[in-house]
Amino acid sequence: MKKAIHYVNQFFGQIGGEDQADFAPEIREGFVGPGMLLSKLLAPEATVTHTIICGDNFFGSRKEEAIERILHFLRDKEFDVFIAGPAFMAGRYGFACGEICKVVQERFGVPAVTSMFHENPAVEMFRRDVYIFAGGDSAGAMRKDIPKVAAFAKKLVTKSELRPAKEEGYFPRGIRLEAFQYPPVSGADRAVDMLLKKLNGEPFETEMPMPKINRVPIAPPVANLREATIALVTSGGVVPVGNPDRIQSASATKWGKYNIADQQSLKAGEYVTIHAGFDPSAGNENPNVIVPLDALRAYEREGKIGRIHDYLYCTVGTGTTQAEASRMGAEIAQQLLDAQVSAVVLTAT
Amino acid sequence: MANLVSIAKTVGANRIVPTVSIPYPLGDPSLSLEDQWKLRKHRVGVALDALATEITEPTIFEVKI
Repeated sequence: MKKAIHYVNQFFGQIGGEDQADFAPEIREGFVGPGMLLSKLLAPEATVTHTIICGDNFFGSRKEEAIERILHFLRDKEFDVFIAGPAFMAGRYGFACGEICKVVQERFGVPAVTSMFHENPAVEMFRRDVYIFAGGDSAGAMRKDIPKVAAFAKKLVTKSELRPAKEEGYFPRGIRLEAFQYPPVSGADRAVDMLLKKLNGEPFETEMPMPKINRVPIAPPVANLREATIALVTSGGVVPVGNPDRIQSASATKWGKYNIADQQSLKAGEYVTIHAGFDPSAGNENPNVIVPLDALRAYEREGKIGRIHDYLYCTVGTGTTQAEASRMGAEIAQQLLDAQVSAVVLTAT
Repeated sequence: MANLVSIAKTVGANRIVPTVSIPYPLGDPSLSLEDQWKLRKHRVGVALDALATEITEPTIFEVKI
């Protein structure tokens, strides 16, 4: 019989509620809590041999340690599939499920499956790495969500043929196959079929849906530039030498703010770009070619604008997810609003 | 201010001023420092005027240098 190992948090592991969220990882033999139904549904092909329980706060705040301990538990176990959750709409639990599935899969080469509500932020973070089934938003959906996970886990352990994400019920991982099995049509044929349908005005389904773009309402014009406070923001990765906020050079999740109140321009040797998406030599030789503080100061002196905001805001825009970019943008915008900045000149690289 | 104006438009920027390139949006190592300064000052000026311009749809503002 094939073996499954199940991961649950302190609540579903029957340790306790929020007061036990710091519960350190533990491994037990057999199933615990929702693992009972899971194990029953996996039979006769597979069974839950062990359950790992970890508090959501422990995993969230001491991630490296939690992962290390869990990998240590698993080092001498034989298992064919790793299952976490379901996590429903629980943010920290969803993150823990996604992260541990990804790590276990990478370390042991064993497929991992979890389930959560489509708005759980962990879906966007991990759906490319892990099979995440679309689940309900609360534990009330347990009896609907676990059977889906169990049925798919059975297919994985018996190495049955897997159908496309939409048919199986997990979030698409962004993998497109050149040739389909059902029916066997090559990518070239599918593309031409789509084009013909498009030309004939017939409905067709793209295999590469574009992310939904949030339209930004147009801001009213600045009424009087001569009294306006203008801020500089950049996605060009210009930071003080040493990158004090450790902003990532790609796939950034952090932004920084740097006081430029006393500076007429951004001096080479004091500012650099840490952006990994282009040749930085021109920008490092003269950071003003990315963040034009010198030109904006000239307009300040001439009186075309009132003043320049005291802080430069910076992040890196390469490989950065839309979700992270939106969050960082909203955070920066809030600071600018609080500082009563009138308008922003944003330079992108 | 962006070099890839089509992308700027796609991601929802409303007032767009074209820049020179990705690595040096407001400079150009093939030009003299003086010409680079003129170019930078001009395009930042276009951006400031853009901020004070009423628009009804995403707009790409024209630069002369």
